[in-house]
Amino acid sequence: MADPMKIRATLQGDVADVRVLMAHPMETGQRKDPAGNVVPLHFIQTITAQLNGKPVFAADISQAISRNPVFAFKVKGAKAGDKLAITWTDNKGDKRTDEVTVGGS
Amino acid sequence: MDRSRRIVLKGAGATGAFAAALAAGLLRPGAAAAAWNKGAFDAKTTADAMKALGYAGAVESKDIVIRAPEIAENGAVVPIDITSNIPGTTSISVFIEKNPFPYTGTFDVSQGALPFVHLRAKIGESSPVRVVVAAGGKHFTTAKEVKVTIGGCGG
Repeated sequence: MADPMKIRATLQGDVADVRVLMAHPMETGQRKDPAGNVVPLHFIQTITAQLNGKPVFAADISQAISRNPVFAFKVKGAKAGDKLAITWTDNKGDKRTDEVTVGGS
Repeated sequence: MDRSRRIVLKGAGATGAFAAALAAGLLRPGAAAAAWNKGAFDAKTTADAMKALGYAGAVESKDIVIRAPEIAENGAVVPIDITSNIPGTTSISVFIEKNPFPYTGTFDVSQGALPFVHLRAKIGESSPVRVVVAAGGKHFTTAKEVKVTIGGCGG
C-alpha cells in the first residue's frame, strides 16, 4: 500500500486552490537498476478529485510525470468545510484515496 | 402459442448476447470516454498521439499560456503551469515532443475546475512542450521550448 498523499486545499474567494503530492516511484520502464535489469513500468494512470462526493477534476497521465508527482488545480464553487477527496490508480491496479477539508490546515 | 414462444426465445437470445458483450468489455457503459487511452500513450510521436486522441488539426492559439522554465537544470522534475483563456475549456493535454512517448497526460477540467493545471514532468532532452486545449468541441494548441541540461531519463 502506498504512502498517504499530502493535499492542501486553500480558499481564495469561492475557488479552492488544491495542491497534491503523491508518493509514487513513477518508473518509466526505461531505467536500469545497478545490476543492469530494466526496472519495469510502474506509474499512476488516472487521478480523480471529488468535492463533497461530486467529481470536479480528472486526469489521465503517463510515466513522463515526475517521481512523487505534484499537481495543482483550482475548483470553483468551494466553501470552507467542504471535503475534497483525491484518488489515484496505477498500472498495477494499486489505488489510494485521501481526503482533506477545504480551508483547513 | 407457437408465435409467442418464438418471441420469448428471440428476446432471451438478444439479452444473452448483450450480457456477453458487457462481460467481454465490448460495451462499457459510461466508461468509454474515461478509459485510459493506451493507443495515444503508446504513440511514439506527438502527431500520432494527437491523431489517436482525435486532436489532429488543432488550431494554433495565443490564448493558452504555458509557464515553464526556458532552461531546466534538472529534466527529471520540470514544473509546468498551464492556463487556458479560451472560453469553455474542457480539457488540457500535454505532449513533450522529444520524449520516447510524447503524450504526458490529459487534465479534465469540465466538471467544475478552472482551466488551469500545474504538473511536474520528466523531459529527456530539450524539447517543445505542446499543449492542446479542447473547448466547445474544437481543439487549440500552442508550444513552448524547454531546454534541458541534465536529462530526466536514466539519470
